[in-house]
Amino acid sequence: MRHSFRRDMIIGAIAVTALVLLPLVWPNKAFIDFTIRGASFALFATSLNLLVGYGGMVSFGHGMFFGLGAYSFGLLMQRTGMSIPAAFALTIVVTAAVALAVGAICVRLKEIYFAFLTLAFQMFLYSLVILWVPLTGGDQGLRGGIPRPSFLGIDLADQRQLYIASCVLLVGGLILMHHIVESPFGYTLRMIRDNATRAAFLGVEVFRIKLVAFVLAGIFGGIGGVIMSLFVSGAYPEFANWTMSGEAVFIVMLGGISTFFGPVVGTVILLLLNDVVTRFTEYYGLTLGAIILLFALGLRRGLTDFLLDYWRRSPWVLAAAKRGR
Amino acid sequence: MLTIERLSKSFDGIAAISDVTLEFPTGSLTAVIGPNGAGKTTLFNLISGAFKADAGRVMLDGIDLVGLARAEIVRCGIARAFQVASIFPSFTVEETLNAAVQAHRGRAAVLDRRFPLAECCERAHEVMDMLGLAKEADTLSARLSHGDQKLLDVALALVLQPRVLLLDEPTAGMGPDERWQMIERVYRLWEREKMTVVFIEHDMDIVFKIANSIRVLCYGRVLAEGTPDQIRGNADVIAAYLGTEDGANP
Ligand SMILES: Nc1ncnc2c1ncn2[C@@H]1O[C@H](COP(=O)(O)OP(=O)(O)O)[C@@H](O)[C@H]1O
Ligand SMILES: [Mg+2]
Repeated sequence: MRHSFRRDMIIGAIAVTALVLLPLVWPNKAFIDFTIRGASFALFATSLNLLVGYGGMVSFGHGMFFGLGAYSFGLLMQRTGMSIPAAFALTIVVTAAVALAVGAICVRLKEIYFAFLTLAFQMFLYSLVILWVPLTGGDQGLRGGIPRPSFLGIDLADQRQLYIASCVLLVGGLILMHHIVESPFGYTLRMIRDNATRAAFLGVEVFRIKLVAFVLAGIFGGIGGVIMSLFVSGAYPEFANWTMSGEAVFIVMLGGISTFFGPVVGTVILLLLNDVVTRFTEYYGLTLGAIILLFALGLRRGLTDFLLDYWRRSPWVLAAAKRGR
Repeated sequence: MLTIERLSKSFDGIAAISDVTLEFPTGSLTAVIGPNGAGKTTLFNLISGAFKADAGRVMLDGIDLVGLARAEIVRCGIARAFQVASIFPSFTVEETLNAAVQAHRGRAAVLDRRFPLAECCERAHEVMDMLGLAKEADTLSARLSHGDQKLLDVALALVLQPRVLLLDEPTAGMGPDERWQMIERVYRLWEREKMTVVFIEHDMDIVFKIANSIRVLCYGRVLAEGTPDQIRGNADVIAAYLGTEDGANP
């Protein structure tokens, strides 16, 4: 089989090993911080791409799951004193439940209505975070730090160990999402994106498939939020704001929607831009906007979409395809 | 037997199908003809459950299909191909059929395995072979020739193992050679699979050559029905339809 799960696991194990060993030969605090943030954003953006790229469902409210993941994990740790794995598991249950309720209302809607309604739900969550001060700390966020007690000898208060945990979560999450898009379910999702009417005629239960996709995307988006709350040892309203969704949409646009790794590439581009641009200019938004325009008007698609197309059209590949015939 | 009894459907007060009664005997190969706007596609939409009839019944072997969901009608054994090929542009031909077989067998939501499911491949290949699509197995559907896209659309209908196959203008937009190739495939399919085939067609040469009976629709009503010979000699049909442009598309 083209993409076996075993092959993904082997590649994943190699990637994790390489990431874990890298700081030993190149100890660089900035790189470690960059990678932890990258893991958070890459999971978040890839989960959005499950909806956008594979399901044809453009959500403008995906940030709600990032915020929900960060807040529910942070609150559980601050208020209940449970262990990190337990809070992590419970956070997944919470995001899945919310995604199920929101999805049940949203996924029946077409294109722009779906986009707007997801955005509306995101705004609702944001307002809740701002207004419910006793629980969320309002616009101050969850302050005072998130306790990160050791478990199984792992201490996530230590930045190096958090780095390793983030790498494992990133690679594990990507393997699972890759499995999802390569499963029969993943191909059914593509059928719905391409031609929902025909899919329905063939016996696909369109609503149910879309809803499951929405819940799965919500869960992985929430895990991105958990990593971020561990990283900053807190949770802040901007995690739940619409700008978070906007950032994920940017990443997906930058990286491309037609390859699985597009959003990962997009994450690296956006974070690098973030760091570089803010160092040289105070017109961050303006510069970023110009770069997005460049992609939109120049390449007319994300970077990996462009490269894939370029590769497919290259003389060498065309010749190989002809020989294969 | 597929029977249609006093079926009516109007859009914004304009009747597209009015009081149509028709029979399609089991195992027949029937052509539905009529000028553009006669209501032929609407008739298929009503039979397949894409639209709900205003009045009347659609009976398949004694079961009334009106009011059933599309999926239930498919389960009863009715499948259709579309006037404009309705396919999955980003799928290869083989992927399309694998995914379709998987959906038809209720495995569309399987999450713990990889696509394609081994148990679906055999049937997918069988359908590709039936229509001569095997040589295009790895071609992206969007890049297929127009004729092959229409064939793929028919293949998608065949995946559903229908007893009644509805083909909406299977040769629309094709050149003369491609047309006859398509029609030959449909004819062989009908012979081999022994299903009821109903097809909409504008090319009278094709209709008179292969259909064993013909239904003529005009302004949403049945103008005439019978064997090719009866239709050829029918004064109403000649006046309303065959008289124009040597019987070609009016
Ligand atoms: N979905 C629809 N909405 C409104 N009017 C329709 C619709 N479908 C068909 N019609 C009308 O019904 C009539 C019959 O159309 P159709 O069945 O497509 O004809 P044919 O397939 O015989 O060319 C036409 O007047 C057409 O405009
Ligand atoms: Mg028509």
